Amino acid sequence: MNLDLVPLWAAILSLAVLMYVLLDGFDLGVGILFALRRNEHDRDLMVGSVAPIWDFNETWLILGGGGLLAVFPLAFAVIMPAVYFPILVMLLGLIFRGVAFEFRDAPGAKKSVWNAAFAYGSLVATYAQGVVLGNFIMGFPVSGRAFSGTSWDWIAPFPLLTGLGLVVGYMLLGATWLYMKTQGDLQQWARDKARWCLFGILLFIVMISVWTPLKDARIAERWFSMPNLFFFAPVPILTAAIAWLLWDSLRRGREVLPFLCAMGLFFLAYTGLIISLWPYVAPPSITLWDAATAPISQQFLIIGTMFLLPVILLYVFWSYWVFRGKVRSDIGYHH
Amino acid sequence: MDALLLSRIQFAWLIAFHILLPAFTVGLSCYIATLEVRYWITGNDVVRRLSAYWIKIFAISFGMGVVSGIVMPFQFGTNWSRFSDGASNVIGSLLAYEVLTAFYLEAAFLGVLLFGRKLVPQWAHAMSAVMVALGTVLSSFWILAVNSWMQTPAGYEVIDGRFFPTSMFEVIFTPSFPYRLVHTVSAFLVTTAFVILSVGAYYLRQGRALAESRIMVRMSLVFLTVMVPLQVIVGDLHGLNTLKYQPVKVAAMEGLWETQRGVPASIFALPDQEAEKNHFEIAIPKLGSLYLTHELDGEVKGLKEWPKEDRPPVAIVYFAFRIMVGIAMIMLFVVICGLLLWRRGKLFDSPWYLRLCTWTAPAGFIAVLAGWTTTEVGRQPWIIYGLMRTSEGVTPSLTASDVALSLSLYAVAYLIIFGGGYLLLRRLVRIGPTPAAEPQIAETHARPSRPLSAATDTLDTATSPAGARDES
Repeated sequence: MNLDLVPLWAAILSLAVLMYVLLDGFDLGVGILFALRRNEHDRDLMVGSVAPIWDFNETWLILGGGGLLAVFPLAFAVIMPAVYFPILVMLLGLIFRGVAFEFRDAPGAKKSVWNAAFAYGSLVATYAQGVVLGNFIMGFPVSGRAFSGTSWDWIAPFPLLTGLGLVVGYMLLGATWLYMKTQGDLQQWARDKARWCLFGILLFIVMISVWTPLKDARIAERWFSMPNLFFFAPVPILTAAIAWLLWDSLRRGREVLPFLCAMGLFFLAYTGLIISLWPYVAPPSITLWDAATAPISQQFLIIGTMFLLPVILLYVFWSYWVFRGKVRSDIGYHH
Repeated sequence: MDALLLSRIQFAWLIAFHILLPAFTVGLSCYIATLEVRYWITGNDVVRRLSAYWIKIFAISFGMGVVSGIVMPFQFGTNWSRFSDGASNVIGSLLAYEVLTAFYLEAAFLGVLLFGRKLVPQWAHAMSAVMVALGTVLSSFWILAVNSWMQTPAGYEVIDGRFFPTSMFEVIFTPSFPYRLVHTVSAFLVTTAFVILSVGAYYLRQGRALAESRIMVRMSLVFLTVMVPLQVIVGDLHGLNTLKYQPVKVAAMEGLWETQRGVPASIFALPDQEAEKNHFEIAIPKLGSLYLTHELDGEVKGLKEWPKEDRPPVAIVYFAFRIMVGIAMIMLFVVICGLLLWRRGKLFDSPWYLRLCTWTAPAGFIAVLAGWTTTEVGRQPWIIYGLMRTSEGVTPSLTASDVALSLSLYAVAYLIIFGGGYLLLRRLVRIGPTPAAEPQIAETHARPSRPLSAATDTLDTATSPAGARDES
């Protein structure tokens, strides 16, 4: 007797991707906002607010990618060639911004060059992720067990739009993060940016929510048939409520709540995405079960994962706890 | 050039740069962990300064290792999707375990190691260093398990051209895995030890950071005295294992075309793949059989035993192997000289020896690259040895111009990043550890807003204008 582990794996991988989007989302967002803030002292604080944790945040990306390879290899083998260039651009962006954390402060380094690498690397990586997301919703043509389109199919209106949407979304996460972690002038600036980004992200959420059911009958059916309409109605309602709460908490100067609300918005948008796509892991033809690896491989991996994931979350919380509070400028390892 | 060849070049380019960093950070994290525990126990401030110095270098190397490492798993999907689809049932979970056991461990504790010295007690700081080191070693474990399965597959069955595991234990512990794991991790440790030896010797020659440098030279030399001979022995055992499971690779390593007994040891030759013979060969009779089979008259199979299309590119494997072994000989020489000088009490004041040590810094890296080339090119034309050809693994939708574009972008990006990183690390080494007498002076020069980087405040004051020019 074999227990069907596929739903559990789908949940674990969804969690990994959500964690990635929430966590690397805010530090990529800080990277994009970095381009808009000219004050060098504030820029150092912005980088400093994410320096101890970005590496860890990015690890969720490898779990998402590696997990897809390990558990749903067919999906990995179909999706990656389809988004060949967005993935390339994302990786190059992540490389440049990743090393910029260290390089921009190097003695004698051209700081302006690595500042640009940090800002543009973050922007380009985010945009590319958004394009991947758009492709995911659009779907991938498949013949046999391989992607049958070209490496340039991603150039289409919808993915290019979702790219912009993700940029604004990560900027909202970044701005609310900075509002929580900084003080004074920079904090007020972050509040201002958070407000603009909130409007921006709501606009994109509406556009994408209208576009996808219009374009894809299956998604329209999923949302608007009875009784689904009733079950899924809380998603848009909660989205509106949290957006209002975010706005209100910014107005009242609450420091932590806006960041939590921004994460809440992402969580709901992500939930909506899963509702639209389930049970497909590489729409429109490959389901989670089609793509799943052999049961013995799933079982081998689940044993370790069930043990390790809680441990990971434990030391992650510890690590975040060590760096709690407002960002300090005196804790670098050179002291 | 087709998409296949370009994809192979791309993978080789990406992993050749990436492997330089684990080759350094696995060893360095172990060294830092040792120093941190030593400081926790003894409270010796010299050890703390030494550790703080290497943490700066580690931070930059590790950052480069992380970003170049993130690229690697995506390559499987973007360029080798047929291989991923075919083999992921077997090896995918191993890669996932690498993320779960190693990456999170490293990433979470790295933050505390780099930024937490003031925020946590020393025992927690030392523990973080140990955890980071453990993470790097675990990472090597899983990656080498995957690689070993591709070299000597076991514990699988083939259904419709795809591979399925029958025993995960056999998948992980394939015949070549124990040898490859020990040989590679030991190579990483030796590589780092030579860098530390080199840096210590460099400061001794300049007469600065003397207390720190003596610790560096002594610790690394003691370590290398054990590890270099051990590495030669492990390498020999790994060779025996390869002869058993991948005899064609050994034939290419030796440039041996005809099956024979009493094989000579080829010192130098120009192997000719087309003509199936060597030009200008210099060889020592019988020695080859002795070290390959441990018998003077042992039989070794020649390349002609296999069809032409099943042979690896002989010249690359032949020369890469000779470079690796040649460097091992140089390493042995350096260690023996050091021990002799130490016995006579002249270890720290023999200018020629210190100069020699300074020059050994790149030795391990070259040997690692050469060894990796030997084993990976020696596996060709197979992506899974004997079962799946490299040409069957490549993504079908890619065109040559797609891969040419991605390869050139990776090429430019890596030259900038690794070039910049190299210059930065070199400058950090030139600046050296923070002097003991004035640990807080630089604080006043620090821009107040620098929560992170290694290469910052205390170093700004020490940077010479001349040294400031060559940063990219």
